[in-house]
Amino acid sequence: MVKERTPAALALEKRRGEILAGRDPSRPCITVCAGTGCTAGGGLDLCTALKQAVSDQGAQDKVDVKITGCRGFCEQGPLVTVLPDKIFYTRVQPRDAAEIVQKTILEGQVVERLLYKDPVSGERCVHEDDVPFYREQMRVLLHDSGSIDPTSIDDYLAVGGYQALQKALFDMQPEEIIAEVKNAGLRGRGGAGFPTATKWELCRRAPGDPKYVICNADEGDPGAFQDRSLIEANPHSVLEGMIIGAYAIGASHGFIYIRHEYPLAVERIRLAIQAAREYGLLGENILGSGFSFDVDVQLGAGAFVCGEETALIASIEGRAGEPTARPPYPAQKGLFGQPTNINNVKTWATVTHIINNGADWYSQIGTENSKGTTIFSLVGKIKNTGLIEVPMGITLRTLIEEIGGGSATGKKLKAVQTGGPSGGCIPESLWHLPVDYDSLKEAGSIMGSGGMIVMDETTCMVDMARYFLEFSRFESCGKCTACREGVTRMYEILDYITRGYGQEGDIELLEEIGKSIKESALCGLGQTAPNPVLTTIRYFRDEYEAHIMDSRCPAGVCKELITYYIIPEKCNGCGLCLRMCSSNAISGEKKQPHEIDTELCIRCGICRDVCNFDAVMVE
Amino acid sequence: MEVDIQKVDAILERHGTEKRSLIPALLEIQDEYHYLPPEALERVAEHIRVPMIQVYEVASFYKAFSLEPRGKHIVTVCLGTACHVRGSDRLIDQVGRILGIEPGQTTEDYQFTLEGVNCLGTCALGPVMVIDGKYYGNMTATKVERILKKYMAAEEVAENG
Repeated sequence: MVKERTPAALALEKRRGEILAGRDPSRPCITVCAGTGCTAGGGLDLCTALKQAVSDQGAQDKVDVKITGCRGFCEQGPLVTVLPDKIFYTRVQPRDAAEIVQKTILEGQVVERLLYKDPVSGERCVHEDDVPFYREQMRVLLHDSGSIDPTSIDDYLAVGGYQALQKALFDMQPEEIIAEVKNAGLRGRGGAGFPTATKWELCRRAPGDPKYVICNADEGDPGAFQDRSLIEANPHSVLEGMIIGAYAIGASHGFIYIRHEYPLAVERIRLAIQAAREYGLLGENILGSGFSFDVDVQLGAGAFVCGEETALIASIEGRAGEPTARPPYPAQKGLFGQPTNINNVKTWATVTHIINNGADWYSQIGTENSKGTTIFSLVGKIKNTGLIEVPMGITLRTLIEEIGGGSATGKKLKAVQTGGPSGGCIPESLWHLPVDYDSLKEAGSIMGSGGMIVMDETTCMVDMARYFLEFSRFESCGKCTACREGVTRMYEILDYITRGYGQEGDIELLEEIGKSIKESALCGLGQTAPNPVLTTIRYFRDEYEAHIMDSRCPAGVCKELITYYIIPEKCNGCGLCLRMCSSNAISGEKKQPHEIDTELCIRCGICRDVCNFDAVMVE
Repeated sequence: MEVDIQKVDAILERHGTEKRSLIPALLEIQDEYHYLPPEALERVAEHIRVPMIQVYEVASFYKAFSLEPRGKHIVTVCLGTACHVRGSDRLIDQVGRILGIEPGQTTEDYQFTLEGVNCLGTCALGPVMVIDGKYYGNMTATKVERILKKYMAAEEVAENG
């Protein structure tokens, strides 16, 4: 059923027309990435310098300068892309600004030294799409991240923003929207992969008024930042998806629950909400459709467990974030006792694209049971770290070796960790597996919210398991015994093993406790906490055995089991390690090979980090 | 330590009296004082009309809150997985040695507090250290020393006029 467009909707289209008419797509624009990574590297100073350079050289009528959201290739930041040709500059500093304006804008040439150099072929890439990091990607959610200013609603309208909302409000019934999402095959991007439409349907049918929708932006997984980046880059796409979802479900109010550790994302989403209200896209009677909905931002206060639905709800209500037993599910009895639907940031943003392009388009991407694209933060010991978007079903190997560029240091890569503290480590021998919910689960891990950490031979898998258990032990809310006590016991055993006190039978005990916790913990945090241990035992049992039987850490990580020493032939006696050693454990004459006193050495590893000649070894 | 309670009242005025204002109000107070002074907690309990024990429960549950006074400079070292595999353990040990404190502690002169945090979401720059909101990425042993010494020297100058 198609409803006639209201005056407010027509006014919005008129506004869009005016914005587009005032813009010349062929006009050059220098865009500076202003995600957290590039900002940390001085991106905003760079933007100021570029604006200054433009005015110094009198080029104001030839070029615009603006910031965009995260472009993903954080490793190479601060990033600059010159539109419309997408000339791509990396590691740009304010002192490069004048040259970019002079050469690229005024003379139409590229600044060779700022181009990305492909480490494999050694060739420089002029355009963004030539860079291997981008070549294998499929950017749907991130499509506009690099071209729009996240602080400008007009920029979002210019790329078709809020068209999906109008389609939903005027051309579709709530049931049709849910059916569309169902046909698209969208599964929750928070990690567990529950079908989104089923969740919506439950909430829509649940008796009770008002109903609430919540955007879960409490991205607590260590090693994951895709939700943060998406909100920083394109906050309106998330907001639009939420409004559409609220209309489909029949909710009148929404909350965006976001970590306070993400100040820039908080600022951007608040700006977006304010702008949407001013344009009549939030609030009473949205675009004259009769549908009313508004959104508040609620800050998290640093508790990982609040990513769990019921704990998140407790936190919004002003309580300690302790989970409660389900059922009742939030869809029946959630926030303030009312039916509530919670989805992850990426899920909401995907809804916008599904409504715009249709279920058929979406369901063609991906695999049989995992549709669409997904965003990963690809980090760790690889060359190209950053934020990537790929179709489901891509193999881990393509992802790690082609997009990630393989090992950063030449050391052999041995595993990838997905799903954070709830996931597991997948060994290199299984990297032919496709990335989808079911394959990763079968391998003992989970898709998770999208963190992907690559490890090489200098990463100790027992230490890794200990690390995650320490995390889960610390983050356990303490409500249920299985998680509170069980995870602590597992942590203690792992801690003993990494310190050389492991005993025969420890591995079997870890497996036994792990399986019990999985079956008996109250919430997702506890149920998945043993995964990092169980997968590392499954694939790297030999490393556990080396620690327990031989008191040896093959990766050279566990402090109590290793010794640092200097190879005399490689040491030229520069004295850098001697100066940096805080425990005076290094001695030697200038220009003569130095020595480490293992009695005094606290095994901090700084000598090895600072040595420019690879003379410091560990075993 | 003296607490200017008027600032607390000004913060509370901006927040409603419903229970869901509790956490946002505490976060703002924490931003102002770098910790939650007991007097402030009492004011919050009165304003939102919940028992003190409930305010205390929330204040002690969430990691963003500190019930102890903290230093003028907050040094945060990210201990997320990506930073961990790139050596953040060594980084936080080194920062601790330079400042003479353990993670979670504050120097005697209340100049520096050292904290570990689970993830700052800047994994590509790991290992990462943040001082008073400013990010320092790809930290190495030599860089850390230089950066911290700069902050320490600035404080000495300020103290000795």
